[in-house]
Amino acid sequence: MLSIKNLCVSIEGKEILNGINLEIKPGEIHAIMGPNGSGKSTLANVLAGREDYEITAGEITYMGEDLMEMAPEDRARKGIFLSFQYPVEIPGVPMVNFLKTAVNEHRKFKGEKPLTAGEFLKVMREKKALVEMDTELTNRSVNEGFSGGEKKKNEIFQMALLEPKLSILDETDSGLDIDALRTVAHGVNALRSKDNATIVVTHYQRLLDYIVPDHVHVLLKGRIVKSAGKELALELEEKGYDWIKKENGEQV
Amino acid sequence: MNAVTENNDLSLRLTEQYNTLRDSLKESGAPVLNIHRQKAFRDFVAQGIPTRKVENYKYTNLQPAFAKEFDFPVRKSANDFQLEEKFKCDVPQINTHVVTMRNGWFYAEANEAVQLPEGVILDSFENVARTRPDLVEKFYGKLADTSADAMVALNTAFAQDGYFLYVPKNVAVEQPLQIINLLQAPKDTYVTQRNLIVVEEGAEVKLILCDHTLNLQNYFFNNATEAFIGSNASLDYYTVQNQHNKAVSINSVFVHQEQDSHLTSNTVSLHGGLIRNNLRVELDGQNCEANMFGLSFLDRKQHVDNFTQIIHGQPHCESNQLYKNVLDDESTGAFSGRIHVKRDAQKTNAFQRNNNLLLTDKAQMQTKPQLIIEADDVKCSHGATIGQIDEEALFYLRSRGIEEKQARLIMMNAFSYEVVQTIKVEPLRDRINELIERRLSGDVGRCHECAYQCDC
Amino acid sequence: MEEQDKLLNEVTQREYQYGFYTDIEMDIIEKGLNEDVVRTIWEKKNEPDFMLEFRLNAYRKWLKMEMPDWAYLKIPPIDFQAISYFAAPKKKPQYESLDEVDPELLETFNKLGIPLEEQKHLAGVAVDAVIDSVSVKTTFKETLAEKGIIFCSFSEALQEHPDLVKKYIGMAVPVGDNYFAALNSAVFSDGSFCYIPKGVRCPMELSTYFRINAANTGQFERTLIVADEGSYVSYLEGCTAPMRDENQLHAAVVEIIALDNAEVKYSTVQNWYPGDKDGKGGIYNFVTKRGVCRGVSSKISWTQVETGSAITWKYPSCILLGDNSVGEFYSVALTNHHQQADTGTKMIHIGKNTKSTIVSKGISAGVSDNSYRGLVKVLPGAVNSRNFSQCDSLLMGDKCGAHTFPYIEVGNKSSIVEHEATTSKIGEDQIFYCNQRGISTEDAIGMIVNGYAREVLNKLPMEFAVEAQKLLAISLEGSVG
Repeated sequence: MLSIKNLCVSIEGKEILNGINLEIKPGEIHAIMGPNGSGKSTLANVLAGREDYEITAGEITYMGEDLMEMAPEDRARKGIFLSFQYPVEIPGVPMVNFLKTAVNEHRKFKGEKPLTAGEFLKVMREKKALVEMDTELTNRSVNEGFSGGEKKKNEIFQMALLEPKLSILDETDSGLDIDALRTVAHGVNALRSKDNATIVVTHYQRLLDYIVPDHVHVLLKGRIVKSAGKELALELEEKGYDWIKKENGEQV
Repeated sequence: MNAVTENNDLSLRLTEQYNTLRDSLKESGAPVLNIHRQKAFRDFVAQGIPTRKVENYKYTNLQPAFAKEFDFPVRKSANDFQLEEKFKCDVPQINTHVVTMRNGWFYAEANEAVQLPEGVILDSFENVARTRPDLVEKFYGKLADTSADAMVALNTAFAQDGYFLYVPKNVAVEQPLQIINLLQAPKDTYVTQRNLIVVEEGAEVKLILCDHTLNLQNYFFNNATEAFIGSNASLDYYTVQNQHNKAVSINSVFVHQEQDSHLTSNTVSLHGGLIRNNLRVELDGQNCEANMFGLSFLDRKQHVDNFTQIIHGQPHCESNQLYKNVLDDESTGAFSGRIHVKRDAQKTNAFQRNNNLLLTDKAQMQTKPQLIIEADDVKCSHGATIGQIDEEALFYLRSRGIEEKQARLIMMNAFSYEVVQTIKVEPLRDRINELIERRLSGDVGRCHECAYQCDC
Repeated sequence: MEEQDKLLNEVTQREYQYGFYTDIEMDIIEKGLNEDVVRTIWEKKNEPDFMLEFRLNAYRKWLKMEMPDWAYLKIPPIDFQAISYFAAPKKKPQYESLDEVDPELLETFNKLGIPLEEQKHLAGVAVDAVIDSVSVKTTFKETLAEKGIIFCSFSEALQEHPDLVKKYIGMAVPVGDNYFAALNSAVFSDGSFCYIPKGVRCPMELSTYFRINAANTGQFERTLIVADEGSYVSYLEGCTAPMRDENQLHAAVVEIIALDNAEVKYSTVQNWYPGDKDGKGGIYNFVTKRGVCRGVSSKISWTQVETGSAITWKYPSCILLGDNSVGEFYSVALTNHHQQADTGTKMIHIGKNTKSTIVSKGISAGVSDNSYRGLVKVLPGAVNSRNFSQCDSLLMGDKCGAHTFPYIEVGNKSSIVEHEATTSKIGEDQIFYCNQRGISTEDAIGMIVNGYAREVLNKLPMEFAVEAQKLLAISLEGSVG
C-alpha cells in the first residue's frame, strides 16, 4: 500500500529525515516510536503533504502512485488521513459545515452523489456511535474551545467519517487521560479492517496496549534504527531509548 | 474663526521674539546647531502653534499655554546657587551618577563626583557641539523632523544646551545615570532643552530623568531628545515627571534602533500642569525590541497627552506599549498611539494597550490607538478601555473587611502595578511605588520635593 | 454541498457579473453644476417649495466646503462640472401595472436577480428598485399600505406626504454636514422613503435596490426611514453598476429616525463595480448614513457587507439621544486589487444608559488598502453608557494594507468603553488542515474568510447572508497566489 524508499527530508536546510525505508501492507498496524526530535512528526506530515518540508532524496509510492507530486487534498481524497498532533482552530467555521464539505469532496472524488443535509446528519450520528464520540459538535467552530481530549477524539471521529485507507495517528495519545485514551483506541480498533492500514506515531508504549501493532519501528536521528514485532515496544517501555542510542554509537 | 486669528497673533509674537533673539542665539550658540535654526523656524511658522485642528494635537491645545508672556533666556546664568542645597534627590540607595540641569542648561560643577567608565561622555550638549562638532553633526536633527511637529521645530530653532550622552562600543554602564531637570527662574520662562544620546554597538546604559519645578513661576518647558541605539545595544529610559500645575512640559523623544537592539522607555507622570510626551521609535534593523510604558495620575485641571509612534521598518521585531492613566477631579488625559508596520517588516509582533480609570464625572479621557499595517505575516493588536474601578472587586475586598477608601487604593495600586513593575532599577521602582501610594492617598497635594512647598 | 459547489463555480468566474449595460432611453440633463441645475432638478421633479430652499441652501454650503482629505485614501481629483446630475429612464417611472414597464428595464432587474413581479419575488421582501437615482417600481405597496406603512420613492413621498418629509429630512444629516452630504442634498434625484406608524411591526423586509446604468452621471439618491413609537422595520439595500473604464460618483445619504421604543435594522450589501484588476474604472462610493435614536429605548442597527467600489468612504453612525437607546454597527469590508476603503462608524452617546456595539471585520487582498475609522464619544451627560468595539483585520498577501483608526472620547466616570483590535493572516496550518480533509485551497480560504466574518454575516437577513457569503468568495478571486 505504502512504500517509502530512502526518504530524506530537510526543513530550512536542516536535515530531519535521513534515509527512511518503510513498507506497509493493507491490514497492518505499524508503530513508529522514538525520542523527541527524532523526526516522527516530520514523517507523518510529509506523508500528508505539508509544504514546509523539502524532500531532498528518496521516493514515496502510495497505491502504486507517486505520492510526492500530489496535492494534500488529493492525498486525502485518495485515502490518506492524518490525525494531527495539534489540530488547528478555525474560528467561525462551523464544525458541521466543515465535515460535510470534507465528506462530499471525498464522495465527489469517488463519483458518488453528495449527501444531503439529512443524510449527512444520519451518517454523522452513526459514526459518532461507532467511535463512541460524545462531544457536542453542533454550534461549535472547528476545534475552537475544544479540550485537548475533545480535539483528539474529534480527529478519530473525522477518521471514521472519511473512511481512509491509510491512517496516520500523530501522537494521538499525548495529553489524553486514560478514559480518553481508551475511547480513541476503541475508535481506531473499530475502524480497523483487512483493507486499511494504520501508522501510529507515538512517544510512549501506553497507546500500544490498546492498539496492538504488527510492527514497531524505532526512529532515531531521522533513521529507522530498529524494527521488530510488538515486543519491541515493551522493551522500550522498560529500558527507555538509551540502549538503542548506545547501540547506534551515540553518546548518552 | 477666533482661534485662528489668535493663533496668528501668538505665532507672530513668537516670530518677533525669535527675530529679536536671532543674533544672540547665533552668537552664543554652537555653529553646528546654528545651521538648523533658520529652517526650523520656518517650519514652525508654516505649522503655527498647534490647536485641536492639527490632527496630532487633536487632544492638546497649546494656544492658551503660549498666551502668557515668557522670558526667553539665551545665555546660561552664572552658577550662582548650590543646586544641591535647593534640591536633593532622596531616593534611597539609588546610587546613580547624578547630573543636574537648570532651565535647560547643563551645570558641570554640580557634577564633579561623577565617575564614568572610560570613553563614556556625559556632558553639556553645547560644549560637545563646540568641541566635537563632527560627532554632533552626524546625529543632530536626523530624527527630530522639524516639519512634522511645530514644537520640535521651535525647539530646534532655540536649541542651545542640554545633555549629551555617548556610550562607546561594548561598554556597559553599570550604574544608572540620573539627570535632574530643574526649572527655577525669577520670571515666567520659556525653556528649551535639547539632548542627544548615542549608544554605540553592544553598549548598555540606563538613564533616569527627573523633571521638577523649584518655584512658582509659569514655565513652558520644551525638551527634545534624539537617541541612537546601535546594534545589539540597550537603552533603558525612565522619566519621572513631577512639576507644578503652572508648568507646561513638552517632552519629545526620538529613538532610532539598529538590529538586535533594545529599548525600554517608561514615563511616569505624577504631577504637572500640561504634559505632552511625544515618543517616536523607529525600528531600523531586525530583531529589535522596543518596550514603551507610561503611567499618569492626574487631578485638578491637569492634562497629560502621551503621543507615541512606533515604526516597524524591518522584519522580526517586537514592540510593546502599555499606557495607563488615572484621572481625578477635572483632569483630562489623552493617548494617541500609532503602530506602523511597513511592507517588509514581516514577522512583526506589535502590541499596544491603553487602560484608563475615570474617578469623577468631570474627568475626561480621549484615546486614539491606531494600526497601520502593510505586511501580512504579523501579529498586531491594540486594546483600549476607559472605565472605573471594578465594583465587584471592590465589593469583594470590602466583604473581607477592608474599608472602602483603602480598597479603592488597593485597586488603583493594582491598576498601576503592571506599568511600575517594568522598571528594572529597583530603588527607583520602590520609590515610585511609594510616591504613587502617597499620591493616591492624597498625602501629596503638591508636587513632590518642591523646595518652596507651594500649594499649586 | 450544493451551495459550496455553486460557490466554487462562481469563484472561478472571471468578471464582475453585474457589469452589463442596459440600453434604455434616458433623460439626461447637461453636465455641470450651478444654481440653475439645482433649480432644474427641482422643477423636473415638481417638488414642493420647501425643497428648493433645502436644495439651494445645501448647494451654497457645498460651494464653501472642501473635499475631506483626512481619510486614508488616495482620491483622484473629481471634476464636478463633468458630471450630469440628473439621469432617468425616459418613460415616466410611474406604472399602473408591470405591463407598462419598459421591457428592457424589467429584463435588467431580472438579470440582477430582482424580479419586479411580486409573485416571482422572494417571499416577504418588498422592493423599491432605483435605477440611476430614479425609483422605477415599488413592490408590495398595497400590502404595506393596509398596515399604514408608507414605502415609496422619495419623489412620490414629496408629492403625497410632503409634511412628513419636511419634518424629518435633514434631521439626522443636516444639509451642511459634510461635503458629499451637501452635494447630495443639493442634487439628489430620488431614493426611497419609508414610514412605519406607531406600534406597527413591518411584516416583511423592505428593500431598495440601486443600480447605476447611464454613463457620465453621478448617482445621488436619498433614503429616509422614520420609525414611529414602538415600531419595527428591517431594511435592505443592494447595489450594482455596469463596468466602465471611467470612475463614477455615488454620493448617497441615508437618514434613519427612531422614536420611542422603535427599532430599525438597516442592512447593506454593497457591490458597486470595483474597477478592474488593474484599478481602472469603478465607483467612488462616498456615502453619509446616519441614524438618530431620538426616542427612549430606541435602537438602530447597521449591518454592512462592503465588497464593491473603487473607493469607499462611508461611516454609518448612530446618535444615541434617547435614554437607554442602542446603536449597533456590524461590518465586513473586503478590498481586493486596487480598491480602497475607509469605513467605520460613529457612536455618539448623549442619553443616559445608552449602549453601542461595534464589530468590524476588514479583509485586505491584492494591493488594496482597507481602513477602519471610528469614533466613540460619550458625553458627560451620558451616564452609565457602554460601548464595546472589536475591529479585526485579515491580510491576504504582502502587498495590501490594513489600518485601524479608532477615536475614543469619554466624559464621565460611570461609562465603560472597551476597544480591541487585532490583525492576522489566514494561517497556513488552517489551510493545510482543510486540505488534509480533502478540501481545496480555494474552498478552504472561502470557508475561513466566511468563518472570520461570521459574526457579522449572522446579523444579515437570511437571503442576504447567502448572497454576502458568495460575494466574499467571489471578491477574493485571484487573490490567492
